[in-house]
Amino acid sequence: MLNVRDLHAYYGKSHILQGVNMSVGANEIVSILGRNGVGRSTTLKAIMGNPVPRGDVEFKQQKIAGRKPHEIARLGIGYVPEERAIFPMLTVEQNLLLGIKSGQKEARWSIEETWKLFPQLRERANAPGGALSGGEQQMLTICRTLMGNPDLIMIDEPTEGLAPQMVERIGDLLQEVARRGISILLVEQRLAIAMRISHRLYVMGHGQMVFEGTPDDLTANQDIRREWLEV
Amino acid sequence: MFEILFISTINGVLYGMLLFLMASGLTVIFSMMGVLNLAHASFYMLGAFFGFEITLHMGFWAGLVFAPLIVAGIGMVVERYGLRHVHRHGHVAELLFTFGLTFVIQEVVEMVWGKLPVDYRVPASLDFSAFTVFATTYPAFKIFALLVSVVIFLALLMVIRRTRIGLIVQAALSHPDMVGMLGHNVDRVFMLVFGVGVALAAVAGVIAGPVLVTQSNMAGLLGPILFVVVVVGGLGSLGGAFVASLLIGLVQTYAVAFNISLADVFGSSPLSGDVAFYLDDLWNVTVAQVAPILPYLLLVLILIFRPRGLMGTNNR
Repeated sequence: MLNVRDLHAYYGKSHILQGVNMSVGANEIVSILGRNGVGRSTTLKAIMGNPVPRGDVEFKQQKIAGRKPHEIARLGIGYVPEERAIFPMLTVEQNLLLGIKSGQKEARWSIEETWKLFPQLRERANAPGGALSGGEQQMLTICRTLMGNPDLIMIDEPTEGLAPQMVERIGDLLQEVARRGISILLVEQRLAIAMRISHRLYVMGHGQMVFEGTPDDLTANQDIRREWLEV
Repeated sequence: MFEILFISTINGVLYGMLLFLMASGLTVIFSMMGVLNLAHASFYMLGAFFGFEITLHMGFWAGLVFAPLIVAGIGMVVERYGLRHVHRHGHVAELLFTFGLTFVIQEVVEMVWGKLPVDYRVPASLDFSAFTVFATTYPAFKIFALLVSVVIFLALLMVIRRTRIGLIVQAALSHPDMVGMLGHNVDRVFMLVFGVGVALAAVAGVIAGPVLVTQSNMAGLLGPILFVVVVVGGLGSLGGAFVASLLIGLVQTYAVAFNISLADVFGSSPLSGDVAFYLDDLWNVTVAQVAPILPYLLLVLILIFRPRGLMGTNNR
């Protein structure tokens, strides 16, 4: 579904991505692990078109590198940024409605289902998005992107700063998303949740992928874990 | 006394609403695009001159409709083929671009209409007195101008609050990149907002032209006050711009209307000797004389004591 070949990206003069190769298949949950600052978030942003990358990005047999973010979104890639980017002055419901693209046909995900899965969002439907707790904001931002009916959703550090109970719920939500046939590309710091839900994992180091395999492969590979993951 | 108060209040609110027509566009453009459009008052001037020219050939009502539309078109072209390219080179380049634009517009206006005031008059159909308070008659055109600004203000509010495009604009005020990544064409929204923003300034020009003087320096006269309004209200805050527009409108008209000095209030200077000799001038300065300084004084005080403005939340 998504194929990334020799992807390079720069912030000013710093060469952040130095030839990233990776792929996500249909119905697959894939995680990118790695320490802070190795370029995991930038990989997602570059696929989304901001910063504009160099190299090949192919999504559903179309070349998308160099296209504008809104065009890439309309092709079916959803993106949930690390900073969540809730629209703080708009209500929870308005935030969700903004996820719907103009001219969009029916989605695999409706506002009613969001309410059903997250009753606490429904209770606060008319509250400003900025008034939600961190966990609720994370739910909201994922659901907002799902409202746009993506075929692939890229989520950056969804569990960062959340209580363990909330982390569990995010994990459950992601598995529910995958059950609907939406592929997931996850950037995650917590090894446990990534190992639990992912079909395949990448470990990233210094602007390139240094490992690819299943959770079991990674468990078996002590060297990679020691060199690239453990602090 | 009541008469002066009454008339000044209407005048002040009218002036304030005209300021708001311009400040609203300026502040929305700023919070969405991060561009402080120094040329905003120039579009107001273009509105006045187009209004004048169209009035000559087709009448005032056609001017009121078409002048803002033409200015909107010019604004969108400026955004699409100018600002959008300059944007890549950062904020300084953008500021210089809009700064340069003020000169281009002024020179063009002077080439076409000259430097002297043009004969832009109140249309005959609105040239009567609306009412008389005591001995003062109040012109109907000013009441009309007030109504137009209020109607446009309400219409703008409805569009922003009730329509989908309004929702996208509101969202783009806080996270424009995210709006794009949700699949909305933010560039097109920017272009539209820029067009609508400068069209609002043009409306202000069309209705202010006959009351004030339609001349090639009118942008330069109004521009600085406009920035005071936006900074005092808080950059990026529509509510703040509204409050600050009315505040400055009222302060300026009251100051001119109540022509009093410290000497009038407290009697002749209590000081004597050399000190009195030097302070006498200050003691006898009337409020009307300092009226032009008041907005800038307010600007300085706000920047010192409340830099984010009255209602600003934007900490860019």
